[in-house]
Amino acid sequence: MSGAADTDTDTGTVVGLRGVTKEYAGGVTALRGVDLTVREGELLAIVGPSGSGKSTLLHIVGTLDRPTAGTVHIAGHDVAALTDRRLSALRAQHVGFVFQAFHLVPGVSARDNVAEGLLYSGLPRSVRRRKAAEALDRVGLADRLHHKPDQLSGGQKQRVAIARAVVGEPALLLADEPTGALDSASGAAVMELLRDLNREGATIAVITHDTEIAGSLPREVRIRDGEVVADIRNPPVRRPMTTGAEL
Amino acid sequence: MSRSAARSRLKAARLGPRDVLHVGSSGLRSRPMRVVLSALGIAIGIATMIAVVGISASSQAQLLRELDKLGTNLLVASPGDSMFAGEEVHLPEGSVGMVGRIKGVQEVGATADLDATVRRTEKIDEDDTGGIGVKATTAGLLRVLRGEVTRGSWLNAATGRYPSVVLGHVSADRLGITKPGQQVWIGDRYFTVAGILAPLPLAPEIERSALVGWEGAKRLLGFAGHPTSIYERSDDAAVQDVRKVMAATVDPQNPQNVKVTDPSSALRAKAATEGAFSSLLLGLGGIALLVGGVGVANTMIISVLERRYEIGLRRSLGATRGQIRIQFVTESLMLSGLGGLAGVTLGAAATGAYAHTGGLPWVVPLWAVAGGFCATLVIGTVAGLYPAVRASRLSPTLALHAA
Ligand SMILES: Nc1ncnc2c1ncn2[C@@H]1O[C@H](COP(=O)(O)OP(=O)(O)OP(=O)(O)O)[C@@H](O)[C@H]1O
Ligand SMILES: [Mg+2]
Repeated sequence: MSGAADTDTDTGTVVGLRGVTKEYAGGVTALRGVDLTVREGELLAIVGPSGSGKSTLLHIVGTLDRPTAGTVHIAGHDVAALTDRRLSALRAQHVGFVFQAFHLVPGVSARDNVAEGLLYSGLPRSVRRRKAAEALDRVGLADRLHHKPDQLSGGQKQRVAIARAVVGEPALLLADEPTGALDSASGAAVMELLRDLNREGATIAVITHDTEIAGSLPREVRIRDGEVVADIRNPPVRRPMTTGAEL
Repeated sequence: MSRSAARSRLKAARLGPRDVLHVGSSGLRSRPMRVVLSALGIAIGIATMIAVVGISASSQAQLLRELDKLGTNLLVASPGDSMFAGEEVHLPEGSVGMVGRIKGVQEVGATADLDATVRRTEKIDEDDTGGIGVKATTAGLLRVLRGEVTRGSWLNAATGRYPSVVLGHVSADRLGITKPGQQVWIGDRYFTVAGILAPLPLAPEIERSALVGWEGAKRLLGFAGHPTSIYERSDDAAVQDVRKVMAATVDPQNPQNVKVTDPSSALRAKAATEGAFSSLLLGLGGIALLVGGVGVANTMIISVLERRYEIGLRRSLGATRGQIRIQFVTESLMLSGLGGLAGVTLGAAATGAYAHTGGLPWVVPLWAVAGGFCATLVIGTVAGLYPAVRASRLSPTLALHAA
């Protein structure tokens, strides 16, 4: 590890952002020279006030958008050099997304919603369905395989969405305010699930408004006006399981 | 779950045909009513076109079938237009027998136009003929024409001598004769109706005639014995040869005075025009189809607008632009294909109903079905292309915005 640029292509580096700037048409500069490195197995919060550029950062890390300036490496690939097809393959293989609004397909069972997460992976249908059932089991919804989204609670929907995001075992899981639409108990359960997944090896970045949630995660990246203002390693919080419900 | 950030080869996976159908139909399954309404335009267009083509094909098939039954080996010799205006041309008296001896001729019959008129009773004015002519006929005429007697019987050697008459179905109608045994006034006496003929598509002039036996006409109506029309039927293979020698056989001195015609040719021409379907109706069907295509395009554009989040989600799950395009083109194809299928079914059913009520054979040409279906696929592709391209160009970040 001789320099910042080299670490981006290291096998252990999942996200490497160097001087990333994003200007929207209309003159808004959402990100100004952001440097960020995320290593395999990390669980970090991206926290900041509304309009600070969190979602923009997530778009760029998730390769859904390209920066106006700077370089982005995801799972060792230089995003700027990739065509749409290869970028899509990168998302299919290496990135999972969890959205505040869940974005489940209405009228389709939990299992089929999760299997949709593997649709563009090239796996045969039977394998996709088997893995979907396993992923639902993993998020604690083994008994809700055939439920439609409107038969599930908000927290359960978000867990289905998380199952869809992790079913392809991505190198990176990105969650934009995953608890934003949930009550505090369901939100805490979702956060607990993300911690569990991280303990099993998943690399996870969570966007949040909530400083309390941010403070409970091992790493906290604070942004304001498109700039990283603090990158804090929190001491591991050892909390008994019972306190989870109090959040 | 083991994870590695090791650089892997990036290659977008292909969607199998089943997966393409799955994503392509996902939008349709969630909005069945809209599917029905937007496929309706295409269905109406295709149904119109199939019905127009099918009905004319059915009518044509009916005519050809009839033609087949009637045969195309009938020739008629009649006096041509005389070179001298006003001069009446007759065929020689013995010519019927001569025609019968031509090689290949199987049946011969003849009729002769008479001056007499036929009326229901003597009280009706002589000029009020109702367009019915009186003809003398040889006994062989019915066989040559493959005609049938619907009621009563044909003239035979006995009835042919006496005042009895056989009516074509049109003349029976006009005279108000419904059954044999009734009487009509011909010349200066009552004739008893012996029989009424079935329609004769090859000889409409006989349908409008009252037929009196050859000998009876000579005895009772002053007929001189010169035939006006000689009908002959030959082997199919001999028709051309017979035609060549017919005029000279009928009137060796003045063959130019003899006109030889093929009555089935008129029917053949009619069959050909029946086959040429109404281009006006076909054009209307085409316009309906076009409007249907615009409807599908419109539905697809709305569908893309409504499903921005789904498109963003799919892009975030790893769908390429091409895969998004394929999804929406497939959806459009399914939409118009469904309309096409319904249209073909409707058009075939309409043809079937028409054929059934008209007693025609039910013919829906395969080329029309295939053509109609191909048209819907072309329309589906064209209508879906622009919305699909728009969908594929939408920013993938849309999914992250709150719904
Ligand atoms: N598509 C866009 N076009 C123009 N400006 C945009 C666009 N998306 C975001 N912005 C602007 O960029 C800035 C950062 O937006 P972003 O969505 O990243 O903020 P955020 O930190 O996620 O806010 P919140 O917490 O409210 O979700 C804002 O000023 C926003 O108005
Ligand atoms: Mg945001």
